[in-house]
Amino acid sequence: MAILQTQKLDKWFGGLHVTDNVDFTVETGEVHCLIGPNGAGKSTFFRLVLGEHTSSAGAILYDGADITKEKPFERIRRGISVKFQVPGIFQALRVRQNLQIALQHHLVGASLDEEIDRLLEFLKLKDAEKQLAGALSHGQKQWLEIGMAIALKPKLLLLDEPTAGMTPDETFATGEMVQALNAEGVSVLAVEHDMAFVRQIAHKVTVLHFGKVFAQGSIDEIVADERVAAIYLGEVHA
Amino acid sequence: MSSPNAFTSAFRLLEGPQTLGKGIGFWSGFVVVLALACIYPLFADGYDVGNNVYFFNWAFMALGLSLIWGYGGALSFGQTAFFGVAGYAYGVLTINLGDAYGLTLVSLLAAVGLSALFAAVLGYFLFFGRISGVFLGIVTLSVTLVLERFMSQTAGPQWVIGSARLNGFNGMGNMPSLTIPWPGGDVVLFPDVPLYYVTLALLVIAYLALRMLVNSRFGNVLVAIRENPQRAEMLGYDVRKYQLIGFVIGSALAGLSGVLYTAWGNYITPSSMGMSAAALPVVWVAVGGRSDLTTTLVGTLLVLAGFQALTIYGSQYALVVMGLLLVVTILAAPSGIIITVGSFVSKGLRRRLARETA
Repeated sequence: MAILQTQKLDKWFGGLHVTDNVDFTVETGEVHCLIGPNGAGKSTFFRLVLGEHTSSAGAILYDGADITKEKPFERIRRGISVKFQVPGIFQALRVRQNLQIALQHHLVGASLDEEIDRLLEFLKLKDAEKQLAGALSHGQKQWLEIGMAIALKPKLLLLDEPTAGMTPDETFATGEMVQALNAEGVSVLAVEHDMAFVRQIAHKVTVLHFGKVFAQGSIDEIVADERVAAIYLGEVHA
Repeated sequence: MSSPNAFTSAFRLLEGPQTLGKGIGFWSGFVVVLALACIYPLFADGYDVGNNVYFFNWAFMALGLSLIWGYGGALSFGQTAFFGVAGYAYGVLTINLGDAYGLTLVSLLAAVGLSALFAAVLGYFLFFGRISGVFLGIVTLSVTLVLERFMSQTAGPQWVIGSARLNGFNGMGNMPSLTIPWPGGDVVLFPDVPLYYVTLALLVIAYLALRMLVNSRFGNVLVAIRENPQRAEMLGYDVRKYQLIGFVIGSALAGLSGVLYTAWGNYITPSSMGMSAAALPVVWVAVGGRSDLTTTLVGTLLVLAGFQALTIYGSQYALVVMGLLLVVTILAAPSGIIITVGSFVSKGLRRRLARETA
């Protein structure tokens, strides 16, 4: 069963075909990574799934339902959640309040407080709960945003370069968080550059090139693929 | 809903992350200030009491702008549009309906309702059209200037609604004051002690109700939108809806200012929607500290009093000072003078405390 499916998805920016006839599937329970060289159309595809861009043609299905025409907040309410590359947090608000705003959809009173505490613990932010979110370290900001994203109890988590700017230790800890979430049944679609991180979390990898699906398979298959090495991984491993 | 539990939890919202001031210290100060305001008319002459009502009248518009701009992050430069619409509506309604049977109070509600409806229609196109930032300011300013132009050309006798002449740039006058039906003779609220208490009570209610609003879930989302609208949307909130609701509430408060002002002076002119009138609320709110209701209220009353004192020496010169005040605020204390000085003092105190305990 697919949690997310795109059918012949197309996006034009003027004369530029940035998403070209993409058929793409994230199976329920899967961690699926999207890689590709700069300008391959990863971010555009990501925004199409979110609803921040509207597609020129084709369809997006979530859990079997057509969401192609839905606004971002409507897609979020269905069970999609997102973490951006640049931490999207509420800088001038305290860490605790950031989480509260994410959680107040479905919780009130004591259970709200308990859930905030549980999340703070999970995110290793318990000591920082009274700080302004803008004063956190870069890695902590990334985690706070992951916390806000998972506070929604998503069925599908979208991650846009979740480890950008993180130290190797932070990257590894983030991978463990993703794996823990996946073990609880959350499906994940991640756009990522860091191949060590991809190796740590991915069940399946899709390579995007010039807006098209270029290759697809397990991480070992992708790394062994000479065509992929020629366009992308070659640069990284050189 | 009306269980004691819901009651106390509503009162708990008087304090929260979105309002400065909490605990016994703040509320003692609040009670002292309120008590002083209550006994003030006993020691002041009628003119000064009426003049203070004039200051209070504007405070509603300032609090509304604090909600829209300080909390919601949407700078409306045209709150005077709602002020004017409600003021004129009150005039037209009361001139036609008269002041008996509490009809001035009905007119007040209808006029405020009309300004809220106008805000809902305008706000729908603004926020659902995703107009934000400086463009929101430009559009709202244009709206108030268009209304000013329009009302200025209504001098001819054809511009009449029932028995109410709109009267062009000279303004509309002779509408009745607010009148409370009372057994044994209606109470007419002239700019004097009774009107002072009614306006003060309204102001306290508006202030406390807004405190509860901004500390509620709704207020959480509003400041979240100010901080990062994309993230707010990606938490599943319909950003446009929240912005629109905030805008309507804030604009209804501007409408209330307009009605109270018109009823206070029995007079309203198109210039109340003009350029300098539209700019002044932005100055009041920015100077005190727009992101908090208390600093907005205190700042507004202080700036108003200062402005009036300056106007005695010359009104044009007073406007220049207001402009200067805004520029200085934006350069030296962008979050507002009271907030900046307050956080400076509290930081200093904390440092001294830390030194003493070390």
